[in-house]
Amino acid sequence: MENRKETLAAIRTAFPEGGGVTELPGGDVQSFRVDRAILPELARHLKSDPKLGFNLLADVCGVDYPGREERFEVVYHLASLERGRRLRLKVPVRESDAVVPSVYCVWKAADWFEREAFDLFGIRFEGHPNLKRILCHPAFQGHALRKDYDPGQRWLLREGEQDEPAWARETQEDDDHFETQVLNLGPSHPATHGTLRTVVRLDGEVITRAEVEIGYLHRCFEKMAESHTWNQVIPYTDRLNYCSAMMNGVGYALAVEKMLGVEAPPRAQMIRLILSELSRIMDHIVDVGANLNDLGAMTPFLYMYQAREEMYSVLEACCGSRLTMSYVRIGGVSHDAPADFVESVRYLLGRVPKLVGEMETLITENRIFRDRTEGIGAISAEDAVDWGWTGPCLRAAGVAYDVRKAYPYLGYETFDFKVPVAHAGDTYARYLVRVEEMKQSLSIVEQALARLEPGPIITDDHRVALPPKEEVYTEMESLIWHFKLIMEGMKVPAGEAYGFTEAANGELGYYIVSDGGGKPYRIKVRPPCFAIFQAFPHILEGHMVSDTVAIMSSLNVIAGELDR
Amino acid sequence: MGNPDVKSTLPTFGKTGRGDSASRQLDGSPAILTTRLDAMIDAARKNSLWPLPFGTACCAIEFMSFIMSHYDVSRFGAEVVRFSPRQSDLLIVAGTITDKMAPVMVRIYEQMAEPKYVISMGVCACTGGFYRAYHVVQGIDEFIPVDVYVPGCPPTPEALLQGVVKLQEMIAKGETQYQRVLAAKKASGA
Repeated sequence: MENRKETLAAIRTAFPEGGGVTELPGGDVQSFRVDRAILPELARHLKSDPKLGFNLLADVCGVDYPGREERFEVVYHLASLERGRRLRLKVPVRESDAVVPSVYCVWKAADWFEREAFDLFGIRFEGHPNLKRILCHPAFQGHALRKDYDPGQRWLLREGEQDEPAWARETQEDDDHFETQVLNLGPSHPATHGTLRTVVRLDGEVITRAEVEIGYLHRCFEKMAESHTWNQVIPYTDRLNYCSAMMNGVGYALAVEKMLGVEAPPRAQMIRLILSELSRIMDHIVDVGANLNDLGAMTPFLYMYQAREEMYSVLEACCGSRLTMSYVRIGGVSHDAPADFVESVRYLLGRVPKLVGEMETLITENRIFRDRTEGIGAISAEDAVDWGWTGPCLRAAGVAYDVRKAYPYLGYETFDFKVPVAHAGDTYARYLVRVEEMKQSLSIVEQALARLEPGPIITDDHRVALPPKEEVYTEMESLIWHFKLIMEGMKVPAGEAYGFTEAANGELGYYIVSDGGGKPYRIKVRPPCFAIFQAFPHILEGHMVSDTVAIMSSLNVIAGELDR
Repeated sequence: MGNPDVKSTLPTFGKTGRGDSASRQLDGSPAILTTRLDAMIDAARKNSLWPLPFGTACCAIEFMSFIMSHYDVSRFGAEVVRFSPRQSDLLIVAGTITDKMAPVMVRIYEQMAEPKYVISMGVCACTGGFYRAYHVVQGIDEFIPVDVYVPGCPPTPEALLQGVVKLQEMIAKGETQYQRVLAAKKASGA
């Protein structure tokens, strides 16, 4: 409350009462309703005033309320890393005049987030440098996340209609009157991991300009979530960052539990924590392994993948699935961990460091690897925050921001672990941070195993979780709860929440709006690699074409999370 | 020699009891075999598939397991993964294909040298899966012919291995889409 008063006072010095900024009561995060006319001015004030210091723009998204006079609402989520504060701004606009000034000039992070809101809602951002569709293809008609858009309505894209940056069609000569070349990397390219496309202009081997095209895996998660019940959304969350599926589900469940006011029982929390940390290791294994593989080092990937394979066995024993687990439920987890859970995780605690250690022996001091990664793809701490970076990539640039420390959840505050930080901000630093994080995660898992007590694995609040089957057959009340939950789904109280956790790539946020019904009204995912990847074309400039491969895989861009 | 379809075309040669040892191996099996050229070529093709992993989503991660040492697809002669369509004959579509990606996939398929086969890995590629939505192709067979559908979300590596074995059987029997089209062309006298 003190913090809120301080923030309000600091805003009021420049924007007095009636000046277009209204504080909204309550809420999980301090929220303001902002007049669009003063938005850029307010943004500048929020960032530059030392008493506020909101330097990280976490998320920008649209919400559609067809019943309201001002149909669309643009929602901004801000964070001040130094002061540990959060803020939400809401800018309502009418459908007939859906224009909002861009805040790209204040936070570069707004770049792709604003393009996304334009693509999916048709809200125009005045002053945006490159406002065009980002997720849907260029032949797409309409705006998909508007409530009146039919979810099944597809538009075909034909060969030759793909988007091409305007500058790629121009002919340019360099200083020696040689023509520069435009090269298209991806989307089907071994080093782009499937679905990323980068267009670069080359002067010799040096990249002079780059642009990234994404959306090749835009599979409409947010639209799908609006037509499923709260628990049915969980399988979709698994397919966001599929390299560490567990953590997406945990983040989502925590956000919904926050709105419901329920908490998972201690055993469920501990299982979630252990599997989340194992997933973090698995994610880093794929990232580091793929990075090395792209640079021509196949052997370490084989070692590391063996570790991943052995972790799969533990996950499979818990929930029956190797990759996309769907293990989390709102209020707990779906099954209890198997009887040999502790034993098999302990085996991993001995096994994984050995395999990772072998990889380290081969790579960390490897001359070729260091030559290809040191000083490559470097970013300063200030730029990284400006672009909205979080997670290992931000920590490799020297900012020790980790949600597990800054806003602990699942009881992380009671664990003894360190947040590894590097300062170079380059590809090599990102590698070092990830390797160290794996070791820290192993230590967290070890501490958690010691605290794993027997007990229930899902809440006994029957507004949320099904009552046990034997009670359903014997007690009237349980039967009614069962019936209501199956037929109508759980009801989440009307309101909104922004829940965020530290996923493998950084801050994974869920902005959830509920209208009190059995289905979410709107779920917006704040994917960490979306913010990270938007800086990629800017980092590329001045590098050699072979460096793109090293940089891209060190950012760990997972298409499922990037495009949703 | 352990190949069932080659064996099946063996004539009764060598079993006449005339005792000409020159036409026999040391263990008594015939040293000469006759077969149709097509069967011979198909046997070679099916045992050296060169897959192109068109991995777009979660299935691509399971595809990695399928390649790696634990499941080891090289046991089935399909481990030479090539990202160039010019060098591969088996397109494994692993993951959701969106409308934005579809033209790319079609182009890759068209660039592959013949004969070519397609495995659709995972329910997204087969039918769109649980993404019944505005940007997702509802099954890649809207755009390209598919030989084997491997269900699962994602399929386990074992399932994909079975898919490859199934494809090998189909090649031997001449049942793949490519072979059927070829046979139809021949039959119509083209």
